[in-house]
Amino acid sequence: MKELYNVSASPHVRSGVTTRSIMRDVALALIPASAMGVYRFGFRAFLVLLSAVVAAILSEFLWNRFVIKKKQGFTECSALVTGLLLGMNLPASVPLWMPIIGSAFAIIVAKEFFGGLGQNFMNPALAGRVFLMICFAGRMTAFTVDKAADGFDLFMNGASAVDGISSATPLAVIKNLEAGADVCGAVSLKDMFFGFTGGVIGETSALCILIGAAYLLVRKVINLRIPAAYILTFAVFMLIFGGHGLDMTYLACQLCGGGLMLGAWFMATDYVTSPITKLGQIVFGILLGLLTGVIRLFSNSAEGVSYAIIFCNLLVPFIERFTMPRAFGTVKAKKGGAAK
Amino acid sequence: MKKGTFKGGIHPYEGKELSMNKPTVQLLPKGILVYPMSQHIGAPAKPVVAVGDRVLMGQIIAEAGGFVSSPIAASVSGTVKEIRPTLTVSGATANAIVIENDNKYEPIPGLGQKRDYTKLSKQEIRDIIRDAGIVGMGGAGFPTFIKLTPKDENAITHIIVNGSECEPYLTSDYRMMLEEGEKLVDGLKIILQLFDNAEGVIAIEDNKPLAIENIGKIVEGEKRIRVQVVKTKYPEGSERQLIYAVTGRKINSSMLPADAGCIVNNVDTVISIHMAVAESTPLIRRIVTVSGDAVVNCQNFCVKTGTLYSEVLEAAGGFTTRPKKLISGGTMMGLSLFDTSVPVTKTSSALLAFKEDPMDLVPEGPCIRCGRCVEACPENLVPQMLMAAAEKFNDAKFESVSGMECMECGSCTYVCPAGRKLTQALKQTRRSILDNRKKK
Repeated sequence: MKELYNVSASPHVRSGVTTRSIMRDVALALIPASAMGVYRFGFRAFLVLLSAVVAAILSEFLWNRFVIKKKQGFTECSALVTGLLLGMNLPASVPLWMPIIGSAFAIIVAKEFFGGLGQNFMNPALAGRVFLMICFAGRMTAFTVDKAADGFDLFMNGASAVDGISSATPLAVIKNLEAGADVCGAVSLKDMFFGFTGGVIGETSALCILIGAAYLLVRKVINLRIPAAYILTFAVFMLIFGGHGLDMTYLACQLCGGGLMLGAWFMATDYVTSPITKLGQIVFGILLGLLTGVIRLFSNSAEGVSYAIIFCNLLVPFIERFTMPRAFGTVKAKKGGAAK
Repeated sequence: MKKGTFKGGIHPYEGKELSMNKPTVQLLPKGILVYPMSQHIGAPAKPVVAVGDRVLMGQIIAEAGGFVSSPIAASVSGTVKEIRPTLTVSGATANAIVIENDNKYEPIPGLGQKRDYTKLSKQEIRDIIRDAGIVGMGGAGFPTFIKLTPKDENAITHIIVNGSECEPYLTSDYRMMLEEGEKLVDGLKIILQLFDNAEGVIAIEDNKPLAIENIGKIVEGEKRIRVQVVKTKYPEGSERQLIYAVTGRKINSSMLPADAGCIVNNVDTVISIHMAVAESTPLIRRIVTVSGDAVVNCQNFCVKTGTLYSEVLEAAGGFTTRPKKLISGGTMMGLSLFDTSVPVTKTSSALLAFKEDPMDLVPEGPCIRCGRCVEACPENLVPQMLMAAAEKFNDAKFESVSGMECMECGSCTYVCPAGRKLTQALKQTRRSILDNRKKK
């Protein structure tokens, strides 16, 4: 019998973009911020990132291989991205068993328990981070900096940089300022933008995060809807309720400080846990901006990005339900499929 | 002038350069000619010849089988060999008249006779178009005379000629706009004669500058005809999207173009109207693009309807290597073939052959909710949700998320990074819902 032709329903062509290529792009986009973290916090930071990534990939492999018995243990690069993001959300000073536990939790509990890739309702990396925050709050907020690893002034102008002594992040400093106090005197905006402040490994350099985000925008992996709505809403909220009036330095510090940049560009834009409708993405961004502002200003915590994103993840099905687009050419009265 | 377009859509590899710069070649059939009785939407045509009859070129061999139907004319002279079921491009079988070509091409009396269409009445023009067996040649095959007989002909404001040719690889309309531009514009004038309030618009994608220039020159000075440049994007040539691009009016799946004051016709259809009305020639030829990376000479052929695809392929030099996939039509909406011994019909537009099948290369993975399908959908749907409903056979949910508005353009499957076959699933569900509606 002669060789047969392939017969299938149309279309017969594909764009060439695959899940794997997308995950690869995200991983590439995270490199500048990770590299900056390693440069800033030294070799320890590299070890934290590495153990988080290896643990994530291994967790997925073991789960696929021995629990659900899938033939291929590691197909998409999504575990790599999850592990890297989790590592970037940890201080460099944590003991190495923490990224390992965090990654295992992120992959197995937050992702695989709910059906694996595409099924989780919560951003796995953030779930892992929050899990660690709850279990090991002290370790997670101790931003000790090894003096030997950097030759720079620490996160505060004039603050004494002492080996192995924990110090507050710029956000914590700003939060504890009295209203109307001079923000410029307390923190250096320049250091915050370039990344020479305290914080978790991947969040300190707004510049490096923006470089990665620009790459993702150019590659059309993400669009502006969520990050722009998020950052703009947050900025407006801070101008109104921040207590510093139109002090642009304060605003810039709030924008560059903490996890906002990393969260807005890399975590809130996670496909699986954000709305799929275009309008829903904007609504999601606005809610994130409001919630982050509320937590940063009115709660005990200086930081609110992780909690805001995780909470809004839960709202996604709800948001989608109310933001379904109207099909081309249909009108309100004729809502519904048949449109007869 | 502002370029018209629509929201959404995709930019697949066009592949037009393979065939767009070569003149169309006349192809005379060598073997038998097969005329399926179903080459259009509606009732199949009824044969009016018997086995053994001698027929002449242009002679009607099957009459319309109902109001929504279309007659079929012989494209050669010869003898009716048999009337039997035959395989068609869709993979289904249909009753067909098979004619043995005598290679004399003896025409019926009056074939090709010039006619002054300006002296014809509206009814005469419509009757000629009906009797010439003209149907929508863009692929749907809807009888053209019905399209040209709307409830209120004064409400028609735009007669749009669809010269966008947004399907990858296809260049037959493009070649026609270059080679038979005058006939196209004349054909449009004939249609405009039917609609006193209408303006003629020839919509051409901006990746065809030569066609825009050529048609632009021909319509210069014409008061009622203009060229509208539209952006190169798939599916720009979809009826609803094209109407929006040209007029800004939106219609949904249950409305007719006439509801938006428009009538949209394919380039080849308009040229066929011209041939029927001004040259007394029924629809007996079709321009077919033969292209793809497995074809030796990619080019366009002017083919007599009824010619087998295998003959067209032979004229193009055959295959370079044995292809994995054969497609009748474009890569986005065409039908894949398992056999080349099927006939060219009124709605055939292309024969494509490819060494690889991209649908094979990516294994189907889980949806990562990236939203690319939402961005691409020209109908503003959420294909991901349609697919979820389709997978659960939840017809009610499928309809409530506007699944029936889907036009099956293929954009969602094209962009899906997880390799999910969205369009295919939506197609299946839509068919089953339509079938269930009929049963009720």
